[in-house]
Amino acid sequence: MNDHLLTVSDLLTVFHFSEGAYAAVNRISFHLKKGEVLGLVGESGSGKSVTGQSLIGLIDPPGEVVSGKILFKGRNLAAMSDEELRLVRGKEIAMIFQDSLSALNPVLKIGEQMIEAITEHDAIALEVARDRTIKALKQVGITAPEARIDQYPHEFSGGMRQRVAIATALLNNPDIIIADEPTTALDVTIQGQILSEVQNLQKNTGTAIIWITHDLGVVSELADRVAIMYAGLIIEVGTIDDVLDQPRHPYTRGLLDSIPAENEPGVRLHQIDGSAPRLSAFPVGCPFRPRCSRKVIACKDSLPPISKGDRGHTWTCHNPIPEETQS
Amino acid sequence: MIDAPIISVEDLSRKFQRPPVLAERLLHMVFNSKLPPVVNAVIDMDLTIAHNEVMGLVGESGCGKSTLGRMISGILPPTKGQVVYEGTDVSDLSSADKLAYTLAVQMVFQDPYASLNPRQKIGDMIAEPLQVHGITTSRAETIARVDQVLDEVGLDPDYKSRFPHQFSGGQRQRIGIARALAVNPKFLVCDEPIAALDVSIQAQVINLFMDLRDNHGFTYLFISHDLSVVRHIADRIAIMYLGRLVELAPTHELFAEPAHPYTQALLGEIPSIKRRRRKFQAVKGELPSPLDPPPGCTFHPRCSHARSRCKEEAPVLRTIGPERQCACHLINKI
Repeated sequence: MNDHLLTVSDLLTVFHFSEGAYAAVNRISFHLKKGEVLGLVGESGSGKSVTGQSLIGLIDPPGEVVSGKILFKGRNLAAMSDEELRLVRGKEIAMIFQDSLSALNPVLKIGEQMIEAITEHDAIALEVARDRTIKALKQVGITAPEARIDQYPHEFSGGMRQRVAIATALLNNPDIIIADEPTTALDVTIQGQILSEVQNLQKNTGTAIIWITHDLGVVSELADRVAIMYAGLIIEVGTIDDVLDQPRHPYTRGLLDSIPAENEPGVRLHQIDGSAPRLSAFPVGCPFRPRCSRKVIACKDSLPPISKGDRGHTWTCHNPIPEETQS
Repeated sequence: MIDAPIISVEDLSRKFQRPPVLAERLLHMVFNSKLPPVVNAVIDMDLTIAHNEVMGLVGESGCGKSTLGRMISGILPPTKGQVVYEGTDVSDLSSADKLAYTLAVQMVFQDPYASLNPRQKIGDMIAEPLQVHGITTSRAETIARVDQVLDEVGLDPDYKSRFPHQFSGGQRQRIGIARALAVNPKFLVCDEPIAALDVSIQAQVINLFMDLRDNHGFTYLFISHDLSVVRHIADRIAIMYLGRLVELAPTHELFAEPAHPYTQALLGEIPSIKRRRRKFQAVKGELPSPLDPPPGCTFHPRCSHARSRCKEEAPVLRTIGPERQCACHLINKI
């Protein structure tokens, strides 16, 4: 019906604790187009990582994907068994984690882990898999991959390990890569290198990427569209230009205004008072209400409805920032 | 900013080396075999910070910026050189003056989860230095002071009987700041104080640092890897690379005209919400191991302007403007 590669609707992921059940992801809906980079932005506890993990069945008890549909190439991932998901994971949808040291097995050589990721899905000769692995490592800018393939993860620097993780994700030419804060732990110069590699790869392979981060600057430079999360909700989504130039949700506006580079040096920064609610204490009504400067009476009683603008720009607010008439 | 310096460091160096085990020592004595390698974390650093100035210290992980901060605050003794506090070498201070220095220079740490004792109530944590150093003499006075500093960092004084785990990351960082404030310091060494905080909380804590400076006339050494944060708060910025100072300049001049190729590269890497779908032009290579730094200019393997001279001869820090210094062979040549 459209060019959506992935369509998520009403995804609800709940964590069960002895004190009660809490929705870390609260009935969110979004889509991803072919070859698109979608930034998923939020602060810690906003549900962005849980969203990424929910998509490919990585939620373990006490967490549970309770309801919702995850339509990927005509199949509903949310209704699949673990066995069926194993075939999708790493093959059609791959994931890159923030901490590549703990994502890699420390007692296996890099090559062994990567080759396993291929042979798990394809019955091909070891030599062929090895060649493909070497090619993937070369693609992400690792020099002398023929030698490095026989090294262990601890012999790689943080930036190099993250390249290995990206190369591993690329091995099976996935349709989607979910990248969960892959550059957050890296130095700026190394972050720049990784972003540049990702950009080239994305251009060459046409892989769609969900880039999970807290850094709006990175998203602005990398993504086509962005979804902003707060307390388990997607509160605003749209093209980079629409959301960053003309945000309608007060939280998005607040985040943009609090970036130091957007303020005059030496003067007080715009700040959002208070802090994000804990999972166990999401308020009734709009979860951003206690920190919001535009709150109205309705915010207390009900979750705001989704409002729609141009080019798929949507926001969830009872009292959105009015559209500026001039650009 | 033309005030007398509060802190200056002269020729300051710090080496780290694993102590050789007996066998290594014997082999070294008999056969002159190799001892464990030495890391030069900070090398011949000269830096002067004036009263009421905010000095930003920027560099990538492993460049020695935290080691420098720790030496300035007296936590870590230097291997060579001196830290001068208000005109006197701190190693020559009498015990009374040494205490005054120790109290005047306080530190705020990066990780608000690791730097607070999980078993101590936050009120006790803040009260402890007051009692140990006899800053307050009665219990009532101590409590009043604790309440005052909690209020100042934006926390409810009633929270003082709570434990660290009952606070969010941003609140914990405020507790760390309150603890430093309690003893009436003059100089705060802030080591990546906002790196572990959420975006919306970072702005709150930066504002708090700016308010405290306005209210108390504090001087800061503000250590960060994030140039856009440092740009906002600092008067001058020092850039470190592999243990050495490579550039020092007033903030606006550094951003308008970065002189060192490394500074230029760092500025180019700051992500901005004004740029869309940028083509990233990354600095090549990685930070070399401090165990085995490259010869000549330590930045040359990553520098796009490097020439043969850079591979052989280490550049010295030169004055290139009224308030500017830079260590590069190619100044005015690139």
